Amino acid sequence: MIEVKNLSKSYGSKLAVDNISFTANESEILGFLGPNGAGKSTTMNMLTGYLSSSGGEALINGIDVLEDPIGAKKNIGYLPEQPPLYLDMTVNEYLNFVYDLKKCKLPRRSHLNEICSLVKITDVQKRVIRNLSKGYRQRVGVAQALVGNPSTLILDEPTVGLDPKQIIEIRTLIKKLGRNHTVILSSHILSEVQAVCDRIVVIDKGKLVANDTTENLSHNLSADHKLTVHIEGPSKEVQSLLTQIPDMVEVHVNRQVEKNVTEYELNAKEGADVRREVFKRMAARNYPILLMRSSELTLEEIFLKLTTGDFYGNVENGGAE
Amino acid sequence: MLAIIKREISSYFTSPLGYVFLAVFYGFSGLFLWINCLANGSADMSGVFTLMFFIMIILIPVLTMRTMADDKRQKTDQLTLTSPVSLFGLVMGKFLAAFFVFFCAVLVLLVYAVFISAAVTKGGNDFAWAAFWGNFVGMLLMGGVFISAGVFISNLTENQMIAAIGSIGTNIVLCLFDIISSYIPAEGVRNVINSLSVFYKYSEFTSGIFSLRNILFFISIIVIFNFLTMRFIERRRWS
Repeated sequence: MIEVKNLSKSYGSKLAVDNISFTANESEILGFLGPNGAGKSTTMNMLTGYLSSSGGEALINGIDVLEDPIGAKKNIGYLPEQPPLYLDMTVNEYLNFVYDLKKCKLPRRSHLNEICSLVKITDVQKRVIRNLSKGYRQRVGVAQALVGNPSTLILDEPTVGLDPKQIIEIRTLIKKLGRNHTVILSSHILSEVQAVCDRIVVIDKGKLVANDTTENLSHNLSADHKLTVHIEGPSKEVQSLLTQIPDMVEVHVNRQVEKNVTEYELNAKEGADVRREVFKRMAARNYPILLMRSSELTLEEIFLKLTTGDFYGNVENGGAE
Repeated sequence: MLAIIKREISSYFTSPLGYVFLAVFYGFSGLFLWINCLANGSADMSGVFTLMFFIMIILIPVLTMRTMADDKRQKTDQLTLTSPVSLFGLVMGKFLAAFFVFFCAVLVLLVYAVFISAAVTKGGNDFAWAAFWGNFVGMLLMGGVFISAGVFISNLTENQMIAAIGSIGTNIVLCLFDIISSYIPAEGVRNVINSLSVFYKYSEFTSGIFSLRNILFFISIIVIFNFLTMRFIERRRWS
């Protein structure tokens, strides 16, 4: 479990992280999102004790990183932005070194072999890290974080430099690890966060902008209840039918999608669910519904909305604890 | 700490660095032994130790330039500093690993001494072992000072070349106190500077004076430099 309370960091007069608070619970994968230079890596470096904070505190399983650094660090596996690899060692030597460094108590051979097969580097164990490709190096970095089976994993952009197949593998691995670890994962790839994380913390310019589950975020931000539908049938008639639905505020004809198929945007009252009613009325007239989806914002749109500033105050109050 | 010592020592010998260091050290000590002892039939090895002092000024920075600078450049310090290892363990690990390689180098002088003493005893004389041990300990302590200074300088930069040149400079300044002091007219000031001179203390060892005071002097300098290294790592975290 990771608790961050009013954490700040200033480099000289520049405030890199400004009074951030959030909590990552046990068996939870927390996505840490923000544009480049937002302070993601700085925050992670403070959580792991690599940098000290200028204010506030970071607790790992209840242990303050600044007060008892060694005690706190025992619970952390950290993959920095650039994997901290000694290029002149073989994968095996390196993992053994990390094993010694972390004063690991688990049975050495079986523990390291298990990690290697988990991140799929068993076939390169005897090779010198310098000669490995970027994808393999990244995976050795992940392996390094797993040594000692720490209860908390802090991963700074773990899928950078991997090919699509490897990305999926690593994501699956992280999801698996999330079942019995606390995981914080930073990324600016939004689909990744959406796919892997239970909860998202968004920071921008050092400030916390949002802290909520993925669903809630998109739900809250798209305040109006909007639906996009494709319906086959004469557009004028369909539109008037839709408008007659109670709770419907506005029906907008978007465009012709195919021959005789039109896209409509339905804008219902807040909190009202008109999907069943739409189906019934269209079915009664035998106008097939070819597509119906909620036009809630995608994570990309949320992200842009949050970080371009115009949504600031609103979300900060609604989203933060 | 043990993990770090082990890794550092093995990294000295997976790269050519450790071998080059040992080879150069062995080469020069052999050359000086020949000039000083073998060529003119002398059994006094003090001259070898004095000359090796100047080689050490340049050679030890080669050993230490990588210690901290490379960790910073490759970002592996993010591993060591976020592992459950104390700063003391980290710095001492680096120091002791370099010192171990240096110790392996200095051991060759003991081998020379054994051979010379064998020859001397055969001729019916006694080899001055007391003087040799004085020199030997003096050299180890001197090397310790240079290594701790080198690790300290290496911690200030990411660039190994700058670390090496900076350490050579520092070592020269450490030895220059003598020359500076000789230009100072006031005797009190001169004595103070003289008492800080590393080379002066070392030459006491080579001339056969084996005093506890000098040993403590060297050990305190080693402690101070290692302490400073730890403080500077800490300071970087807080910057």
